[in-house]
Amino acid sequence: MKNLFGLLLLIVRRDLLLAMRRRADVLTTLIFFVMVVSLFPLGVGPETDMLRKMAPGVLWVAALLASMLSLGRLFSADYLDGTLEQMLLAPQSLSVLVLGKMASHWMVSGLPLVLMTPVLGLQFDMSVQAIGVLMLGLLLGTPILSMIGAIGAALTLGLRGGGVLLSLLVLPLCIPVLIFGTGAVQAVTSGLSISSHLSLLGALLVLAVAFTPWVTAQALRISME
Amino acid sequence: MLEVSNLACSRGDHRLFSGLNLELHPGQIMQILGANGSGKTSLLRTLCGFIQPDEGKIAWEGSDVRDLGEDYFAEMMYLGHLNAIKDELSALENLRISAGLSGLPLNEADAIAALRRMGLKGRERLPVKVLSQGQQRRVALARLLVIKARLWILDEPLTALDVNAVALIEGVLAEHLAGQGMVIFTTHQPLNVAGVRSLSLS
Amino acid sequence: MAINWFKYSAPTTFYPLAGKLIPWFAASSAILFAAGLYLGFVVAPSDATQGEFYRIIYIHVPSSILSMFLYLVMAGYAALGLIFNTRLSSMMASAVAPTGALFAFIALWTGALWGKPMWGAWWVWDARLTSELILLFLYLGFIALHASIDDPRRADRAAALLAIVGSVNVPIIYFSVKWWNTLHQGSTIKFTGTSMQVTMQQSMFTMLAACWLYAIAIILMRVRSIILERERNTKWITELAEVKK
Repeated sequence: MKNLFGLLLLIVRRDLLLAMRRRADVLTTLIFFVMVVSLFPLGVGPETDMLRKMAPGVLWVAALLASMLSLGRLFSADYLDGTLEQMLLAPQSLSVLVLGKMASHWMVSGLPLVLMTPVLGLQFDMSVQAIGVLMLGLLLGTPILSMIGAIGAALTLGLRGGGVLLSLLVLPLCIPVLIFGTGAVQAVTSGLSISSHLSLLGALLVLAVAFTPWVTAQALRISME
Repeated sequence: MLEVSNLACSRGDHRLFSGLNLELHPGQIMQILGANGSGKTSLLRTLCGFIQPDEGKIAWEGSDVRDLGEDYFAEMMYLGHLNAIKDELSALENLRISAGLSGLPLNEADAIAALRRMGLKGRERLPVKVLSQGQQRRVALARLLVIKARLWILDEPLTALDVNAVALIEGVLAEHLAGQGMVIFTTHQPLNVAGVRSLSLS
Repeated sequence: MAINWFKYSAPTTFYPLAGKLIPWFAASSAILFAAGLYLGFVVAPSDATQGEFYRIIYIHVPSSILSMFLYLVMAGYAALGLIFNTRLSSMMASAVAPTGALFAFIALWTGALWGKPMWGAWWVWDARLTSELILLFLYLGFIALHASIDDPRRADRAAALLAIVGSVNVPIIYFSVKWWNTLHQGSTIKFTGTSMQVTMQQSMFTMLAACWLYAIAIILMRVRSIILERERNTKWITELAEVKK
């Protein structure tokens, strides 16, 4: 047990260290997110009523796209320099190793989006309460995006046009997350309870933690053949 | 002991080899010979378990490697064409992470000692991207010194190495064999180690 | 007496067997299509509230049922291929995919045609139409992933894993879309009257059977060409009469 945790920690620390040495990659995802969100008012007009209504959807879709963008790198760098081969040959649980990669991917590309949300929420004139719920939803939902996305990233490893293909595979699978995440914000703005939305997101997160690492590990073995 | 019986492997429609048998006992070293494209790398990758063979069986100490899984991985080490090192990290960080992945955390002093033996004195803490090709290969080969595996599977280990480094590797191999290790490798350069058996893929 | 089922799972025996079966499935499908369309568009009475427009359900409903069912069939074959490493199962999975996608597309198209006179819009975000759209995306993902991997074995295995993940996800997606729909009080397709008239039922079932047989015939035809393509280097293919010609 301690050994598995040690492996998880090793991978997370390694990936965070690599991300620190390659800060530009982290920033691009965040800037992309901010840019997409900021383009919407320019596209639909500045009426605050409409923007307030649209905000949760816009932020969630932008978060989805931003995480798709960063998923391409999840395994490809390790694939190209041969590290992934060594990971597959490590005499340790590949699922735990994959979970570590998912966790660090989220810390690098999901967490910054959550932290950026209040600023963008204010741009859309959202209430403080709505912003809070939106952040909570993103906090529960973005790890799921990283985990489902990892399956797609593993399946499309080394393929030409992998990035677009990855989105095609993963986006439909992420729809429930989008629905529950935006639903929570709409519930709170219309004075309803948010607990069912958030507990469903929580349930999805638990399911994702339980199954996606193993599925991703299988996908990696298939792709490395 | 590694035992391969009646192995067949193909890439796409093309059958690379079939009916391949080999046995490797402790203290033995075997070179896989063959022209480019004859399936040397595929054979080594099959032995690692990356590729499912079309037919045949690969056994380690009498049991199928597919059933052994992680227990087999703990006893073998693969060094491929790719160095499996990260440009952004230093040689020291790379080596310690590789060792950690193999489940054998490595302290800094041991890692530095291994890198120095590979002739990388003074370069342990530089990012690998500033090192030359040959030096990067030496960083990858330093894993041989720190990871305790009995079976070494080496695909072109001598690429980009100079004469001194080749001599160094010959010494490392001889030491490994003396300690009842096993080596299976491919190379297009001359390698002087006593007792090399060879297997030709044609 | 034990039947050796694995005998039929080998492409060598399946290929001629499928060849013999195809004409039967195709012919009965054609007959049932003719009968079903006649029953549905001529004999069946017009609906009390929807008039003549409702008749599109004789195409819409069978295709949406088949599109969903075929996804499960595809995922099932893919899983068999992945677990037992049987070549034919994987070939079946890739043969089912285009037909499933076609039915999903027909269901969407006819749904839109139905929506225009019913709601005055070509597209309404009805829970079932939305799920159908997502199902089409899942099919397209499967086909695209399979097509972009050159090595057929890796393609089979990767696409199989995707299909399994997809089929686990389908209930969650369906539930979430339904929930989203009720929250937004969207329009839902409902049948007027709880009981369908007998002729309506008959024509619906005839059409469903026709679509089934069509799907089987076309899938068998496709799997035969996949076998030819994948096994082109084997001896038995070169000895086939149609190949020798």
